Amino acid sequence: MDKLLKLLSKNAQFSTAEMAAMLGEPEDYIKAQIKEYESKGVIRGYQAVVNWEDMDDSFVEALIELKVTPKKETGFDEMAQMCMAFDEVESVYLMAGVYDFALIVRGQTMQDIAMFVAKKLSTIDGVLSTGTHFIMRRYKDRGMNLTTPDSETDERSQFL
Amino acid sequence: MIDYNKYLNSNIRSVSPSGIRKFFDIANEMEHVISLSIGEPDFQTPWHIRDEGIRSLEKGKTWYSPNRGFSDLLNEITDYYERRFALTYNPSEQTLVTVGGSEAIDLAFRTLVEPGDEVIIPQPAFVCYNPLCVMAGGTPVNINTKNEDNFRLKASDLEAAITPKTKLLILPFPNNPTGAIMEKQDLEEIAAVVIRHDLLVLSDEIYCELTYGGRNHVSIASVDGMYERTVVINGFSKSYAMTGWRLGYALGPAPLIAQMTKLHQYGIMSAPTTAQYAAIEALRNGDRDVKHMRDEYDMRRRLVVDSFNDMGLSCFEPLGAFYVFPCIKSTGLSSEEFCTRLIMEKHVAVVPGTAFGDCGEGFVRVSYSYSLKHLKVALERIREFLKELNNEG
Repeated sequence: MDKLLKLLSKNAQFSTAEMAAMLGEPEDYIKAQIKEYESKGVIRGYQAVVNWEDMDDSFVEALIELKVTPKKETGFDEMAQMCMAFDEVESVYLMAGVYDFALIVRGQTMQDIAMFVAKKLSTIDGVLSTGTHFIMRRYKDRGMNLTTPDSETDERSQFL
Repeated sequence: MIDYNKYLNSNIRSVSPSGIRKFFDIANEMEHVISLSIGEPDFQTPWHIRDEGIRSLEKGKTWYSPNRGFSDLLNEITDYYERRFALTYNPSEQTLVTVGGSEAIDLAFRTLVEPGDEVIIPQPAFVCYNPLCVMAGGTPVNINTKNEDNFRLKASDLEAAITPKTKLLILPFPNNPTGAIMEKQDLEEIAAVVIRHDLLVLSDEIYCELTYGGRNHVSIASVDGMYERTVVINGFSKSYAMTGWRLGYALGPAPLIAQMTKLHQYGIMSAPTTAQYAAIEALRNGDRDVKHMRDEYDMRRRLVVDSFNDMGLSCFEPLGAFYVFPCIKSTGLSSEEFCTRLIMEKHVAVVPGTAFGDCGEGFVRVSYSYSLKHLKVALERIREFLKELNNEG
């Protein structure tokens, strides 16, 4: 795996000078490389991993399973495009297994999501069935532990 | 009042407790200290390894192991040395599983050293060699490795330290605290001297998996004529982040290992059973973890070295272990003054180089066994500290 991308995907907050030092490359090279990744669309953006549970303005998310009939010409892509178009839909994945798509859908309340699924998703032409799984709690997200407070204590003893 | 001194072994009494204690006490009592002083991995033992330990307990494997260690583990250890370093050891005669590398070092000293024997110990080095040598009745003879030699042991310095009483050379590379390594050519030069003077070598290879810049660790036992003169010490603490499991081993000529096994048998019985089951898993399926941790350390290493040089503290590039050893002479402070002021003024703990021998004066040991996030904060504070020092001067 590209070391620069690996580093950025874990923590995008290092300066280019720091990344250059860590990877043993000139800073100019790192800058150029990032620019190239951004322009080619390899890097799509930079986001914080937020533990929303601690915030007042929280929301609900659900994982929605979708079974669909693929279109003759466009296969699953057209269906994916239709799902992606909704603001409520955070993520769309094509799956191997008993259903075709997994969607992460976000709403203010469970009711919001239920209505979205009933009115918007299941009515799309070609959708055979849906299954809704509400996310109750996030323990780990994108490799990060969301349960322990950030300032973990160091349990190691002093030895040389 | 009983005068206990009259009961105490004078040899043991002559060894002073680790001098660094009082410094650590300050660090421990102070709140919000950002430490860069700890000498063990920050990683937890990889889960699959821990899980094997747990599984062994669930299966009720709670008995002693054979004195030398479980044969499965002995086989894995010798396989490992074969595949990593092309060294062949017989698992049943040349291998001994111990309670950490430290026990193996102690056993080697006590097996080899007699009163009057001189043992050559390069410094700066991990703190245990001199005391263990003295407690075994030997006389440590220290050689100072130098910044300008990248803290490698020079054959000429070794030659100069040898007397008719010299019996053993300690070779602690990759080195704690300097991060220095010895490459094949360095070892060949050392080997020539060792063989000429008919010495033995104790090669402490506990950091063997932590070498950087594409340089693989080379064991002196693989140099011509040295296999029969070398006791290799290694363990699981650093490579697999298993410090608390207390598991190490010794490899070497059968007649030496046999005697060390006797000491181990009567003093210890056997190394921890649970740890041995976990270690078998580590050697069988842990290569990926080792690489992952090495890559992480390597990024931190580069960041830290780069930062120190950028701050104006010259820092030779360490190619092993997880320490950097910057020179702080430019500040005009002694190692201990530097560390004391840094902790009092900026609440950052690093270790004075003098903890690892007098020749560590003018240096501090900085451990990068911490998350990148932690390192960044600490380095920033050190930068502020140096700036303030400069303004004073």
